[in-house]
This record gives sequence, C-alpha cells and structure tokens, in this order.
Amino acid sequence: MAMSEQEILSGLGEIVNEIAGVPADEVTPEKSFVDDLDIDSLSMVEIAVAAQDKFGVEIPDDQLKNLKTVKDVINFIQA
Amino acid sequence: MSSVKVVVTGLGATTPLGGDAASTWSAMLAGRSGVRALTEDWAADLPARIAAKAAVDPSEVLERVQMRRMDRTQQFALIAAREAWAAAGSPEVEPERLGVAVSSGIGGINTTLNQYDIFKEKGWRRVSPFTVPMLMPNGPAATVELEFKARAGAHTTVSACSSGSEAIGYGIDMIRSGRADVVIAGGTEAALHPLNLAAFASMRALSTRNDEPERASRPFDKNRDGFVMGEGAGIVILERAEYAAARGATVYAVAAGVGYSSDAFDLVAPDPNGGAAAARHALADAGLEPSDIRHVNAHATSTPTGDISETEGIRMALGDAADDVAVTATKSMTGHLLGGAGAVESIAAILALRDGKVPPTANLDDIDDGVVVDVVRGEPRVLPEGRIAALNNSFGFGGHNVVLAFSRA
Repeated sequence: MAMSEQEILSGLGEIVNEIAGVPADEVTPEKSFVDDLDIDSLSMVEIAVAAQDKFGVEIPDDQLKNLKTVKDVINFIQA
Repeated sequence: MSSVKVVVTGLGATTPLGGDAASTWSAMLAGRSGVRALTEDWAADLPARIAAKAAVDPSEVLERVQMRRMDRTQQFALIAAREAWAAAGSPEVEPERLGVAVSSGIGGINTTLNQYDIFKEKGWRRVSPFTVPMLMPNGPAATVELEFKARAGAHTTVSACSSGSEAIGYGIDMIRSGRADVVIAGGTEAALHPLNLAAFASMRALSTRNDEPERASRPFDKNRDGFVMGEGAGIVILERAEYAAARGATVYAVAAGVGYSSDAFDLVAPDPNGGAAAARHALADAGLEPSDIRHVNAHATSTPTGDISETEGIRMALGDAADDVAVTATKSMTGHLLGGAGAVESIAAILALRDGKVPPTANLDDIDDGVVVDVVRGEPRVLPEGRIAALNNSFGFGGHNVVLAFSRA
C-alpha cells in the first residue's frame, strides 16, 4: 500500500534530523536540501540510504542528483 | 638557532585525567591515575584488560550531528583546540597567517575497523560516506583547519608515539620560516579498540596488571611490566613572539626549540644514543646550555627496556648537569596517549615551568637500579626561580626521537 505524502514527509523529517541535525518540522515539501536545509553531498548519500531502509524504495545514484527538494523525494518514493 | 622567537599562548587538553588542561594538570600534581579496568565484553579474553579512557566523553561536549561525522581522534582534537584557542584569547589572525599542525599516531582506526564490520555484515551501500574523511590520519588537522579557518597550511606529522611532539616542532618551524604568525599544534589519539589492544598485547608491550589498574602504569619502577593504552588530545597555540606581544597575549612559555634524530638501530627497541642526539639538537636549536635544563618530562612508558634506556640518554645529553634535573613520567597517570602523548606532556612541561612544580611519577615504589637520573616521586618538586628550561622527550616505534625545549617566558 502506498504511503501518504504526510507519512513520507514525517519519515523524511526524522531521517534528516538524525543525519543532519535539522529540526524535523523544518523539513517541508518546498525546501531544497542544499540551499534551504544546508545539507552537503555526503549527507545526501546517507539520507538516500536511510530513506531506502525506511521506505523500501531504492534511490539510484543517477536519480539522486535530480532530487533537489523534499517534494522531489516524496514524489520519487510515491511513484 | 633561529632569530624568530616562538611563544606558547594557549593550552587545551582532554585526557584520562580531565576534560581540560587545568583539571589534567591538577590531577597530575596530585599523582592521580586515570587507568581503569575495561569491563566491556570484548575485553574479557584479552591479556590486558585495563586502559586510560578519556575522563570526559566527547558526547558530553559536542553536538550529536557534529560527532557522527568525526572519528574520535577528530573529536578529541577539536575539543582541545577550542579550549586552547579560547585560552589564547581567540586571536584575530588573518586566515592566511594561521597554520595547523595536528597529528595522530594511528589515525581514525576505530572508523576503519567499525566500517569494515558494517561492510562485511551489510555490504558497501551501508558504509558511511564519511568513512574516508574520518579515517585519514590528517583528519584531525583538517577538522581543526576548518573550525578556525586556517589557510597557511594544515599538516600531519606521523611518527608513532612521537607524532604529537613532532607536530609542535613542525608548528615552531612554520612560524620561524615565516609561513604563519599563529599555529594550532598538537596531537590526538583514540585507539581503544579490541584489535589495537590485541596487537600491542601480541608484542608483549602492555601491562597485564589487571587486578590493580591504577597501579599498572609505573615508569622507572622495578615491577613495571608494560604500558597502558590511553586516549585523548593536547593542543597548544604557538605564536610569533612579536605578534603575541603586539596583541597583549598572555605567554605561558617560550617554545625555544626542537631536536630530531632517528635511531637506525631497531624497529621497536630503543637506543639511548638516539634520544641523546635529539636532546643535543634541541639544546642547540634553542640556544640553551645543559645547565639551563631543570626538568625533563620523560617519554617513559613503563616498558622494561625503554625507561632505562631513556635515562641513559638524558645523562649522555646533559652530562653532570643531569644531577640538577627533575625528571618525571606523567604516563604513570595518563597512560600512553600514543600520538597524543607528546602534546599532553608538552603541556605538562609548560605548566611545570609556569607554576614551578614538577608532578610526581605515580607508582614509583621501588626505583629500578638502572635509572641514572633524579626521578620525582611522592610530592611535586619545586623548581628554582629564574629563566630555566625544560625538555619534553617523545620517542616512537621506528626509532623516531623528538625532543622539545621550552623555557620560562
């Protein structure tokens, strides 16, 4: 069963908080990981691996660079 | 002898005796041991089940997210560097004139081994993307460089257990050669991993006095049976004397000189000639006479051969002037911090000059007949007034010898 956007957003918030220390409630769909949440490229790799564990959806490396915003990741996981 | 004078304007440490330089120093003066039993399951089958863990875990000081991107060596170095920088009054030095020389003997070996465990159990995708910047031996220097925006160069001199002293020597030379006005220099180590304890135990280098942890590190004592592994870091702020004077900085001591030699004798066994040569070079570099030296912080790790050989080297270098030198081995309290040792012991030597007190060597109940110098025991020894100097000896596997000379400001 597909997860709702809210469920994914909440899960991403936990991951981003754990890895990058950004408060979970700042992880909102329109935010850019790099420009708004100040997340570096190595941390993005960690977030992608953690998201794979949590949501069971693999994010290939060639896709990862296209996922700029939180909404991009939510869409990718829901697709 | 260089025409450029270098001074020490800040100290920072996190050691088995305390989370900062002041608490470490007061514990040394009190002769207190930081060695404890290892109660972890993994230690149960090891012949050496004792170690000197950091008194304050980095998790009590650093933010969680910052912690997980740094190896423990980097965490210790950052904590000590922040303290030293604050003690120096946070100098407003141009980034291009600020250098870093921070070393470790082994580097991020906990990261290497822990990530290999993850790799074997879960595959490559679970290996942290921070593994490389955490395991590289220059990682602590890079961490400090980033924190303080140092652009004059960040260096890591690796020479086993003399690494920390060599870093301070390198820092002195950075200032003398005109590359920097201020250098953050020192050493760090965090190697309390089962493999490392097994590897040193396999060399028969570790004390197995498991039933008396606080009595295990006993340099110069007849019943010493090896060293005790410790962890932590020491950092000093080195500064061109004129630069420090211009900004009104407090000077702890003059970083008067450094001497190096290599034994070309044996990979691990000591040669007293090597230590003596390094001490002579340090005196010449500092423009000091043997009679100026009134204190030596010995490398003395509590191994059967090393301690005696070192006292012979001190006497060879200083001659009859060695009679007036108060020698101590602070590893009797801190254990052996490997790449961090030379830096923490430099801080002890600097504070001994400042306070006029040499800490006692703990656990020195029955001095070895082969000791040919005056070792301080029991109570701290009061040093004479005036412009005296001290040496800090550091020797490393590979036959590396580094002797630093500090004199009163």
